[in-house]
Amino acid sequence: MNYYLLTVIKASVLAAILMTTLAYLQWIERKVIAHIQARIGPSRVGPHGLLQPLADVIKLITKEDLLPPYVNKFFYLLAPFLAVTMALLSISVIPFGGEVEIGGQTTWMQMADLNIGVLFILAVSSLGVYGIALAGWASNNKYSLLGGLRSSAQLISYELPLSLAVAAPLLLANTLSLREIVQAQGGFYFGILPRWHIFQGPMPQFFSFVIFLIAGFAETNRVPFDLPEAETELVAGFHTEYSSMKFAAFFMAEYANMITVASMTTILFLGGWMPLFPVGLGSNYVASALLAFAGAICLYHGLHPARRLDRITLPVFAVLFFGLAAVLLIPAVVSIFMPVFWFCAKTGFLLFVFIWIRGTLPRFRYDQLMNFAWKFLFPAAVLNLLVTGLMVALFS
Amino acid sequence: MDVILFLAFAAIAVVCAVNVVVQTHPISSALSLVGVMGALAMLYLSLGAEFIAMAQVIVYAGAIMVLFIFVIMLLNAGAEVKRGKSLAAQLLGVPVFFGLLSLLSFAVLRLFPHAATVHLGGFTGGSARDVGHALFTRYLLPFEVTSLLILIAIIGAVVLAMKEMD
Repeated sequence: MNYYLLTVIKASVLAAILMTTLAYLQWIERKVIAHIQARIGPSRVGPHGLLQPLADVIKLITKEDLLPPYVNKFFYLLAPFLAVTMALLSISVIPFGGEVEIGGQTTWMQMADLNIGVLFILAVSSLGVYGIALAGWASNNKYSLLGGLRSSAQLISYELPLSLAVAAPLLLANTLSLREIVQAQGGFYFGILPRWHIFQGPMPQFFSFVIFLIAGFAETNRVPFDLPEAETELVAGFHTEYSSMKFAAFFMAEYANMITVASMTTILFLGGWMPLFPVGLGSNYVASALLAFAGAICLYHGLHPARRLDRITLPVFAVLFFGLAAVLLIPAVVSIFMPVFWFCAKTGFLLFVFIWIRGTLPRFRYDQLMNFAWKFLFPAAVLNLLVTGLMVALFS
Repeated sequence: MDVILFLAFAAIAVVCAVNVVVQTHPISSALSLVGVMGALAMLYLSLGAEFIAMAQVIVYAGAIMVLFIFVIMLLNAGAEVKRGKSLAAQLLGVPVFFGLLSLLSFAVLRLFPHAATVHLGGFTGGSARDVGHALFTRYLLPFEVTSLLILIAIIGAVVLAMKEMD
C-alpha cells in the first residue's frame, strides 16, 4: 500500500509544481518579450506584475463559455481535452532528479520509470496532433480548418527529423529508459568536460541536439514555426472558435509541450540532472552562491533605495535569499536538491531560448517550412544517424 | 486483475470496431479506429510486450490514422447517406454473423488447444532488444523485402504525383 501512497504524493506534488510553472511561464514569456522589445510588460497586478497569472486564470474561468451553434459538438468539446491530456501525460515519465528517501522508502524523482520512456513520450506527443486537427475541423470555420490542416501537416513532417534525432543519442546510451539515459551521461572527461551526449564520444551529438531543438520548436508550434495560428492570415488558426477554459486548455497544452521538449532535450543531450562541472570543483555550491548573490543585490538596493518602500521590502528579500542560501549548504538538502537544481537550470535555460527566439525571428512562409523539413532537416538527421551508428559500431 | 483488464480493453476494442462500421461520418469512423488501435496497444502492454504496444501507438494511431484524418479533412468528406437495405442483408445478416463467429472460435480452439488465460507479463520477448534481434537475424529477409516494398510504393507515389503536376 506504501507504494500507492507514495505515487499519489508524487503525483500531487508534481501536478502542483507543473500547474504553477505553466502559469508563471506565461508571465516570464511576457516579461522577457517585453524587455526584448524595450517595453515593461505586465506590471499592474502585484509587484512587477507577479500576480498577473492569477488574474488571468480568474479571467479565463469567469469568461462566458461560448458554444457556437454551427460546430460539431462532440469533437469540438473533445479536442481541447485531448490536447491538454496528451500534453500533461508526457510529463509523468520525465526524471527530475536522483534517488531520494521518503519515510524509509527510496524512490526516484520521477512519476513512472518506464523502460520504454522515450517511446512513450514519442507516442503520446504523436497523439497530441488529434487535439489540434479535430479542433480545426470541428469548429466548422475556414480559418480554423486551414489552421488545423497546416498544423497536422507540420507536426507529421517534423516528427520524422525529431524521431531520427532522438535515435542517435539512444545508440550511445543503449537504453530506452529516460532514467538510464541520464545515468549513462554521468562522469567527466579529463576531470572537467561532462560526459553529456552532446560531448560524449565516439560521436558527440551536437548535430542531433540542434536538429532536435529545431524540430521541437516546430512540434510545439512556436515562432518561427507558428503557422497554425498565424494571426495575419488565419485570425487565430485552430482555436479561433474557442473561448474561456477551452481556449485556456490549448494554451496550457502549448506550454506543457514546451516544457516536455525542453526536458527531453535536457535528458537526451545535456545530461539531465548531472552537474555542469565536478563536485570536487564546487558544483554543489552553485545554487547557494546564486542565491547569496541575489541577496547581496537586494541588500545593496535596499541600502540605496530608489523608492521609499524599497527600504523595507528589499532587505526582507535579502534575508530570505541569504536564509535559502544557508539552507542549501546542509548536506542532506544538497543531495536531494542539487540534481533537481541542475535539471531545472538546464530546462529553464532552454525555455528561455524558446522565448528569446520568439522575440528575435520572423515567421516562415508555409512552403519554406515544408521545404526546410523535407529537403534539409530530414536528410541531415538521416546522415547524422548513419554516421553515429558507424562510429558506435567502430569504436565501442 | 489481469482478466478484468483484458476484458475491459477487449470490450473497448470490440465496441470501437463496431462503431467504425456504424458511424456515418468518416471522421467518427476514423477516430473509432484510433480507439481500436489504442485498446490493442493496452492489450499488448498488459501481456508485457511494451515495445510492440508503443510501436502500435506511434505507427498506427500516431502516423497512419493522422494521415487518414488529414485526408478526410482535406477532401471535406460529408456524412454518408443511408440507402435502403437489400432484403438478403436483412434476412441473412444476423445468422451469418453468428455462424462466422462460431466458426472462428471453433478454429481458434482447435488450433490452440493448450491456450491458457491471460496473465500479466505472460509474454517475454517483447522488449526493444528482443524485437530488434529477431528482426535482424531470424526475420531479416522478410524485413528487407518489406522495406524494399515500401521504397517501391514511395517511388510509385512520387511518379503518380509528378504526372498530376504536368
